[in-house]
Amino acid sequence: MSTTTIGDIVRGDAEVFPPYLYEAYRSTIRRAPTCALVEVPLTLSELTGPGPVISAVTPEDADLTRNAGTGGEAMGQRIIVTGRVLDASGAPVKNTLIEVWQANSAGRYIHRRDQWPAPLDPNFLGIGRCKTNDAGEYRFLTVMPGAYPWRNHPNAWRPAHIHFSLFGNAWASRLVTQMYFAGDPLLPLDPIFNSAPTERARQAMIAAYAHDVTEPEWALGWRWDIVLDGPDATTFEDREIRGQTLGSDPRGV
Amino acid sequence: MKHLTLTASQTVGPFFHDCLMRTDAACDMLISDTTEGQRIRIEGRVIDGDGAGVPDAVLEVWQANRHGRYNHPSDERDLPLDPGFTGYGRIATQDDGKFCFTTIKPGAVPFDRRRLQAPHIAVAVLGRGLLNHLYTRIYFDDETLTASDPILQRVPTERRATLIARRDSSHPGREAVYRPDVAPQRDVVYRIDIVLQGANETVFFELAAR
Repeated sequence: MSTTTIGDIVRGDAEVFPPYLYEAYRSTIRRAPTCALVEVPLTLSELTGPGPVISAVTPEDADLTRNAGTGGEAMGQRIIVTGRVLDASGAPVKNTLIEVWQANSAGRYIHRRDQWPAPLDPNFLGIGRCKTNDAGEYRFLTVMPGAYPWRNHPNAWRPAHIHFSLFGNAWASRLVTQMYFAGDPLLPLDPIFNSAPTERARQAMIAAYAHDVTEPEWALGWRWDIVLDGPDATTFEDREIRGQTLGSDPRGV
Repeated sequence: MKHLTLTASQTVGPFFHDCLMRTDAACDMLISDTTEGQRIRIEGRVIDGDGAGVPDAVLEVWQANRHGRYNHPSDERDLPLDPGFTGYGRIATQDDGKFCFTTIKPGAVPFDRRRLQAPHIAVAVLGRGLLNHLYTRIYFDDETLTASDPILQRVPTERRATLIARRDSSHPGREAVYRPDVAPQRDVVYRIDIVLQGANETVFFELAAR
C-alpha cells in the first residue's frame, strides 16, 4: 500500500484491531472519532449480552446455495466454509449465532445500492446464518464470492470476502469482520484488509484451503477459526459482581 | 489466560441490510404488549464529521429490564425476568441518518458491591467507514442516579451531555404498560444524537482490560 494517514484511536488490542481513521479507506475520514476513547471497566452491562438469547435459525439458513427458496441452486463454485469460534484462551464459544453475507459468484450483492453491471443470480440471496455447536464449530455451504469494484480509489476492487457477524457471550465480545481467501492477489491492494495493523492480524482474517473439508464430487473446503474478545469465564468472580448479594446489598443504594 | 490472536474487526460495509436487517433480525420494537415498565421511544440521528446524517449505520442496543435484570445466564441475581423481553435491539439508520426505537426504561444495575449504575442502554454503532464498532451508552436526563453514575464520572464533565438523552416535553407520555390501542405519540420520547466526529462528538468507550 502507498502511504496513508493512520489515526491513533483504536478500540481493543492495537496490535490487532484497525484504527478508526485509516485514510486509504476514504469512508473513515469523516466518520472516525477524533476524541480519545474513554476507558471504562467492564460492568454487568458489558459482561452480559444478547448472544445466548437470540437464536432463531433453521438448518436451511446455513445453505446459501439453496436458501433463496426458489427451488433452484446458486451458480458458482460450491464451497464449504467451516471452523471454530473460540475465546482468547482457546475455549469454544458454544451455541452462538453467526450471520454471514456475501456477493454472488459474479461479485454482485442483491442490495439495492449495488448497481454495477454484473449479473444477479435469482437463486442466491447471499445471506446465511447458523449457530455454533458444543465444540464451537460452524459450517456454511455457499458459492465462492466474486471480487467487485468500488469507488474508493481508481480501479479499486474488493478481494473476495464473506462478512461475518458474531455476538459471543457478552456485549464486550461483539465482532463484525470479513473472511478472506488464501492466495487472493487483491489482498495486498485492499485498504480494508490492510487496515488491520499487523501481519499477524491480517493473516488471522484469511481462510485456508482445507482438503480434509473438501467433499469429493461436491464442494471445495475452506477453514477459518474466529477468536472473540471478551471476558474470561473467571471475570465475574474476580469482580465480585455475580450472584444475589449484589442486588440486595444495602450499601448498593 | 489469553494467548490466541483475536480476530480483527472489519467494517460492515454498505451491503449489510439484507442480512442484518432481515425482518426477523432487525428489531426497533423491543417490547410486547405485556412488557413491564415505562414505555419510551428514543429518537435521534447518527451524524458524521460534516454534520450530515449517516444513512448506512446500525445501532445495536442492550439493556436490562425494568427491575435492572439482564436476560443473560451470568446475571444470577434474584430479580424478576420478563419472559417477553430480551433487552436487545438492532436499528438501521434511515437515509437521513435518523433512528428510532421503542423500549422500556431499564432499571438501575449494579456497578460493584457498593454502587449502582444509573439506568442506561448500552449501544454499539456499526457502519460503513467504521472499521471497528463504537461502544457508547444512552442515559436519561430525568433519572436522579445519572448525576452519580460511576461510568459517567469517568467522562470529562463537559462531554457527559453527549451520553444523556433529553426527555421531549412536547410528548407527555404516561407511566403505564404498553397497549396497542394507545396512540404512539403518547410515548415518553427521549432525543439523543450520535455524533461520530467533530463538535459535540459523542463519547465512545474503550472497554478496559479484562
